[in-house]
Amino acid sequence: MSELKQQLKEKIIEQLNLEDVAVDEIQDNDPLFGEGLGLDSIDALELIVMLDKDYGIKLADPKEGRKIFESVQTMATYIEANRSR
Amino acid sequence: MKNKVYIRSVGSVSAQKTYDNTSFLNKVVTYNETVTRVIDPNYKDFIPPAAARRMAKGIKMSTVSAKNALTEANTEESEVDAIIVGTGLGCIGDSEKFVSDIIDNNEQFLTPTRFIQSSHNTVAGQIALGMGCKGHNFTYVHSSISFESALLDAHMQLMNDEASTILTGGVDELVEHHVSTHRLIGHIKKDPVETMSILDSGSKGAIFSEGSHFFVVSNKKGENAYSELLGIRTFNSLERDEIEKEALSFLKEQEMTSDDIDLLILGYNGDVEFDTYYEALSQESFKNTPKAYFKHLSGEFDTASGFGFWLANKILKHGFVPQVVQLGDSSKEAPQTILIYNQYRGENHSLTLLKKC
Repeated sequence: MSELKQQLKEKIIEQLNLEDVAVDEIQDNDPLFGEGLGLDSIDALELIVMLDKDYGIKLADPKEGRKIFESVQTMATYIEANRSR
Repeated sequence: MKNKVYIRSVGSVSAQKTYDNTSFLNKVVTYNETVTRVIDPNYKDFIPPAAARRMAKGIKMSTVSAKNALTEANTEESEVDAIIVGTGLGCIGDSEKFVSDIIDNNEQFLTPTRFIQSSHNTVAGQIALGMGCKGHNFTYVHSSISFESALLDAHMQLMNDEASTILTGGVDELVEHHVSTHRLIGHIKKDPVETMSILDSGSKGAIFSEGSHFFVVSNKKGENAYSELLGIRTFNSLERDEIEKEALSFLKEQEMTSDDIDLLILGYNGDVEFDTYYEALSQESFKNTPKAYFKHLSGEFDTASGFGFWLANKILKHGFVPQVVQLGDSSKEAPQTILIYNQYRGENHSLTLLKKC
């Protein structure tokens, strides 16, 4: 799980072009949207594509994303339970 | 009665340190390359990090040059009636990535960010969003007369009182795939050339580069206008022996002759195959006209003529022709009237006429 969380932090920084953010600055339970990393709706789309492409998870209900993308911890938990690759 | 049109301010990001508008080619940067890139300003001084992270290089460069132009013109963003941009290839970097993603991922998993920035009109759109400008927003994609096309639109709107203040400019960014394809077809020089010696290179092709040049143009002169824009004329195709005739015809429209031109700025890029167009105009009627060139400083790109336009305005404002751009021995102090002639590979020719105001 900790390896997956590290991988997710690296992917988030790279794919969302968070040039000024380092991996160790993202805590597992930091909110990704709003006060935390300050991600927005376009980032949410990027994360949905990332789940599909890298972990084989298709989100059928976009509302699910709200809970899944709360933090790196919630993302990692969901991926561990649902990944197909 | 048509309005007069004035260049109120300039903003530039180029292969020279032109983003700093406090000096005028005091220290020229030379290269020994086949491709050069812009000297980057500190983009964080101009763009919030949250906004910058999705911006392509062309948008970043243009945000800086547009902001510098607006600041110098002392123009409130709300005063800008229109934003008109010329670009040969738009944000080609993200276009390339988007197309690569389509191929690499078998048309699946396409992400929105690269798509948003893969269109040519992203620059004008992003500048307008940043300024909150809801006016006329237009992008001309006309190869190497893209900048002149934008300028011509602005000129006509201002002359006809359809707008009073317009932010206009040209931008192109340089990316790897673009470079590799143009190397393959021989449009980029095969071997590195010292930029100050490009006219002696004796080889085909140009030194490619990138840049962004923006200008506030207005039919109100303001206090510190750089110049009056008298006219622009563009041609998609023109033979070598037609250039002089067209230039004289263009000047005649302004009730001028070649004797009225104090400086002829030419777009020489060191390509032996096509610099002959400039040589053709330099003889006969313009034989004794002092001349200058600029692509040894800016490099070649679709909107490189924006650098030539920037140079002409700076010369008129500062009242001298820097030695580094002078062609030949003849030079006139404090030129009052400047004609710019540019073309790329024998196509898309432009004539632009400015005078001191």
